[in-house]
Amino acid sequence: MLNALLFMNGFALAIGLLIIFMDRVISNYGVCRITINGDKEFETKGGQSLLRSLLENKYFIPSACGGKGTCGYCKVKVLDGGGPPLATEALILTGPEQTQGFRLSCQLKVKNDLHIEIPPEYLEIQEYRGEISMSELMTSDIRRIRIKLVEPNELPYKPGQYVQIRIDHDGETDFRAYSMASHPDDQSEIELNVKKIPDGLGSGFLHSLAVGDPLDLSGPYGDFYLHTDSNDRIICVAGGVGLAPLKSIVMYWQDHQTHRHIELYYGARSVEDLYDHDIFTALAAEHENFHYYPALSDPNDGWTGDTGFIHTVMETHLEPGEAGEAYLCGPPIMIESVTEVLQSKGIASERIWYDKF
Amino acid sequence: MQQYFLILFASILTSNIALTYFLGMCPFITISRNIGVAAGMGIAVTCVMTLTATANWLINEYLLIPMGLHFLQFLVFIVMIATIVQVLELVMDRYTPGLHHAFGIFLPLITVNCAILGVSLLMVLRSFSFGQTVAYSFGSGMGWMLAIITMGALRKRLIFAQPLRNFGAAGITAILAGLMALAFIGFSGMASL
Repeated sequence: MLNALLFMNGFALAIGLLIIFMDRVISNYGVCRITINGDKEFETKGGQSLLRSLLENKYFIPSACGGKGTCGYCKVKVLDGGGPPLATEALILTGPEQTQGFRLSCQLKVKNDLHIEIPPEYLEIQEYRGEISMSELMTSDIRRIRIKLVEPNELPYKPGQYVQIRIDHDGETDFRAYSMASHPDDQSEIELNVKKIPDGLGSGFLHSLAVGDPLDLSGPYGDFYLHTDSNDRIICVAGGVGLAPLKSIVMYWQDHQTHRHIELYYGARSVEDLYDHDIFTALAAEHENFHYYPALSDPNDGWTGDTGFIHTVMETHLEPGEAGEAYLCGPPIMIESVTEVLQSKGIASERIWYDKF
Repeated sequence: MQQYFLILFASILTSNIALTYFLGMCPFITISRNIGVAAGMGIAVTCVMTLTATANWLINEYLLIPMGLHFLQFLVFIVMIATIVQVLELVMDRYTPGLHHAFGIFLPLITVNCAILGVSLLMVLRSFSFGQTVAYSFGSGMGWMLAIITMGALRKRLIFAQPLRNFGAAGITAILAGLMALAFIGFSGMASL
């Protein structure tokens, strides 16, 4: 018996050492040079993902899934040295994107010198140090968290954009994306609405922070933001905590765009899951251009508003007409069914912007 | 020499690992949807099967049996398979990125393919010599590849057939596999293991 124990331990040790040795010797790609947009370059240790190399060197590339290759936000154009896309990338990148040389930077391993191209707005993304200035439960699982920016102390962003929170855990660093739910004119403090997910890394971390705790974040990210160059009506559709970026849009509208007609559709399960309901009800009473349609899928007794899923509510309230742009934020199934309703009412698909989570 | 060819022939046709023992059914059914992908998986399985069975034979013969630890075969074989796949991946990624790219996700998937472990266990049961093990494992890999490519070709023709809806994609494939197994019985008089 002792014999067997010794053998198994020795065997496991030998295998472990072999793998470590192979990893060190064979997967050692030395130092690689990465050139960005032809004018900026840095050196990095080969063998890790391009996304990680870029983040380590303070080039902030959006990534909502944390490098799992599912969100597709971290795509960059690789001009030279990338090789063909992997099977995991082919699921996300479209055919034209693949022929143009786009790659998912979280999947691409740096093995040699690379020439890449990233959109110039990514270069404006900065790292911020902040401090929790408020944290309160709004519903049973959604928390309003306000962050005061310390260094730099101002974060300019467009209504609807998001930030990435840095989470250090078990010796690793991860990033999680959250939309800003605050007024873009106040650049010194941002608000996040965070729903607690069981065993969720990001929500668990943010829910555990108390007032005064420091945290690191980067931003602003995203092409989901209010387009202010038109006078057409604005249609906002939120599912649950997807209200966050739309709140920012409504706040911006209130101070700069009140001449535009705006409708907010907000779907939740029950009255307990609705938050900031009073703010929007008051706003609707005050402005004739603001229309607020909350709907509950699992209504409580005494609820007099709309019931059912948000896309069925839109069927009844949304006036048909081509002029208008729509902003959607919620779970994928909601985005799909709402998009169908919007198109059937005449909204052009290129004027429908969405943020899936 | 003749016995090696006999083993090779038998493991490809008469004792086909997929159609006689019904091992490695999971990828056999899911990956046979596309014939090109099936061929890729077949090649990967053949390489890994030959390498792992050979390595396992050496470990069994020179470590486990002399130390009286043959009851550890199961554990040791599984760990060896996982290790070989891992090392193969590292080496291919470094030196043959094209090939590594072509294998894609199949290589890691093979770690949990029971046909691979099955061949290692069967070669012990049949007390094969080193040469016989090489012939048997290579033949079994080729046999599995033959079966999955044939299945891929048959499934391509399923587009024109209208099987009962309740069979679904996996159900009708299992029935097809049964019919193929019956056809392979036709070879059984020629050689056996």
